Amino acid sequence: MSHEYVPEVSTDREGKEHVVQGWQDDREGGKMGFWLFMLTEVMMFGAMFLVLTYYFSLHQQDFINASASLNRLLGGINTVVLLFSALTMGLGLLKMRSGDVKGAQLMIWATIVLATAFLVIKGFEWTAEYNHGVFLGLDALQSGNEHSKPFGEILFFGMYFTMTGLHGFHIIIGIGIMLWLLKRIKAGKVTPGHNILHFNIALYWDLVHLIWVFVFPYFYMIGAGDIGGVIHGH
Amino acid sequence: MSKSYLDKDETHCAIGHPKSAFWQWMLTVDHKRIGIMYAAVMFVFFFVAVFTALLMRVELFAPGAQFIDGDMFNQAFTLHGVIMVFLFIIPGIPAVFGNIVMPLMIGAKDVSFPRLNWFTFWLYIVGCIIALSSLVTFNDAGAAIGIADTGWTFYAPYSLNTDTNVITTLVAAFVLGMASILTGLNFLVTIHRLRAPGMGFFKMPLFVWGIYATAWIQLLATPVVGITLILAILEKFFGIGIFDPSKGGDPVLFQHLFWIYSHPAVYLMILPAFGIMSEIIPVFSRREIFGYRTIALSSASIAGIGYIVWGHHLYTSGMSDIAKTIFSFLTFFVAVPTGIKFYDWIATMYKGKIILATPMLWALGTIITFAIGGLTGVTIAMVGVDIHLQDTYYSVAHFHYAILGGVVFLLFAGLHYWFPLVTGKMYNETRAKIAFYLNFVGINLLWFPMFIAGYYGMPRRYFDYLPEFEVYHQVSGVGAIVIVTGLIFMMWNLIRGWRKGEKVGVNYWGATTLEWHTQSSPPPLENHPKVPYVDFNPYEYHHGEPVVKFDENMKRID
Repeated sequence: MSHEYVPEVSTDREGKEHVVQGWQDDREGGKMGFWLFMLTEVMMFGAMFLVLTYYFSLHQQDFINASASLNRLLGGINTVVLLFSALTMGLGLLKMRSGDVKGAQLMIWATIVLATAFLVIKGFEWTAEYNHGVFLGLDALQSGNEHSKPFGEILFFGMYFTMTGLHGFHIIIGIGIMLWLLKRIKAGKVTPGHNILHFNIALYWDLVHLIWVFVFPYFYMIGAGDIGGVIHGH
Repeated sequence: MSKSYLDKDETHCAIGHPKSAFWQWMLTVDHKRIGIMYAAVMFVFFFVAVFTALLMRVELFAPGAQFIDGDMFNQAFTLHGVIMVFLFIIPGIPAVFGNIVMPLMIGAKDVSFPRLNWFTFWLYIVGCIIALSSLVTFNDAGAAIGIADTGWTFYAPYSLNTDTNVITTLVAAFVLGMASILTGLNFLVTIHRLRAPGMGFFKMPLFVWGIYATAWIQLLATPVVGITLILAILEKFFGIGIFDPSKGGDPVLFQHLFWIYSHPAVYLMILPAFGIMSEIIPVFSRREIFGYRTIALSSASIAGIGYIVWGHHLYTSGMSDIAKTIFSFLTFFVAVPTGIKFYDWIATMYKGKIILATPMLWALGTIITFAIGGLTGVTIAMVGVDIHLQDTYYSVAHFHYAILGGVVFLLFAGLHYWFPLVTGKMYNETRAKIAFYLNFVGINLLWFPMFIAGYYGMPRRYFDYLPEFEVYHQVSGVGAIVIVTGLIFMMWNLIRGWRKGEKVGVNYWGATTLEWHTQSSPPPLENHPKVPYVDFNPYEYHHGEPVVKFDENMKRID
């Protein structure tokens, strides 16, 4: 049996007809569903920020010291890259809406390139940290050995790798769904008149960069004022 | 003869158009079929968990070790808890009746995202498989390590140190949580977007209200436990230290994050069950429900208040006195909307024409068992009393009276109530009533003694006990046999009813809500022949007869 949607009306007792909303072609429903999904992401990262804030309140100096040792230059470049990618994503949606499918595809490709650049830079950052002995599972972040960092720093880096890791995972997923979107556009399933998929992916990308906008200051910037930490850093 | 959704070829599929009936079931996006598949899988697991529990009760029949050792006992109660909570009761009523009945009730042809619904079902199956896989995994030395022995709550730091297979169990719980989130999301959009024209929120059947409130909890609370489980998994793998006191982490934080979800989760279980109650009571009293709006809004407020009471699980875990007092007060507060519902149901029955059919028996039985479960919950919401009763059989008895005697009993009520709608056939009523009485006697025999044993200090999750507790355990053991007999008998009767029961027409019970106004029974694919216009309240009875009637084009003819 087919999925073909036959628009329907229902008739009340006076014989007046009312339009029925079916699940097919429900743009508002698609939008609402994705907003609700965004809400679950906010709850998830929100819980992690809660954990982070709680431990920051317990170990302020350790957190500042650990933060000071992060690479603010690479982190800052990544912030700019991600903000730019949000711009290209938004422009792509505008182009799609105004009927410029080619331009939209180009903008999505630009977003993918920027997202990949973000991951590459992140990779350099993590590698450098690994070489400094600071990484999940290494001695510095375990207790009870000669390299062990203080509690607050262990917790800071634990959350740092968890949260930037999960954020990076979202970037990878984002690249995946953007490639899929390009395929759908090519197949003519996403068009200027029917762009809910494009709309939702743009929404997703907005959330991904918005989370970074909170992650960046919380991890990189709280130790920025501590010059001593940088000079005598790790 | 008109076609039903159970006939071959009467379904839409997620991928392609398979010819075989088997693949049509596997790939179906029809909400009714998906609901039936959930029910089938859930009840298989339900009985696995029931028999695990029976094993524990048999072991506890006498003090000392009889059949299993202490470690295995720990794994047994964990298996029982994990299956019952994550595989059975959390998908529970929404996955079964939310899927089968809710779209019919609001006059929709399916849920908003039928493909997502199909995907969610298979995500649930993946979660089940991961959970079971932890039963048969081995450590590096080749020894079977088996399922977690932490209890279903996975409290840190023990869960971080035990050698048993906590990680797979955590992953399973996470995947099942995702399935739960997606179900909630799907239902929220469905209820917002696909109600039949004219059906405002206050014209929805109360079961839909229950599902709606539940869906919000699923959506907002589950991500918190999801990330908590991820943090615990990362802790096991990499030692990020978040919950590990030896690295500065705080294990009590795990309890907070866990219960921020898991306490609302009990309301996620009970709210759709209350919805079923609100459907059954008016139909079998032949009266319009008393206080429709108060029931609808109390569902919403239980969902809201339930979100801020989690701290009452932590009275003995280390919390400031002021926090304890606030949580205690908030917990009392959640009993108020629940009480309102109970008065409304009883007021509905007053001067009604009560028909003691099986669904009504289950509903009435639940009024008694849930009242016991609910009110004992209020007693342990008091800080002082709770410090005496924390982690005793008293709280075990409270929980099982509330969840088995509330949620599961009402799920059974719903099974008997919607059976003729879903299958188009009827079970044997006499046997169904006998099964109810067996269960009702069984639950009281099994759990009431635990209140007393718990009050005298019998701790929960213990493998052994002092001789003076023997009598309670033995009465419980007898009750367990009775209730398991009742459960098997009930299931057998239902399955037999589906296979051999006599065919019945539409609207077997003379109910008023839209799901009964289909043209044939069981309903066809895509439900009602035309979408009705809803200008009536859900439970309109006049002199014991349903008021609203439709012709074959879903136009009102009364």
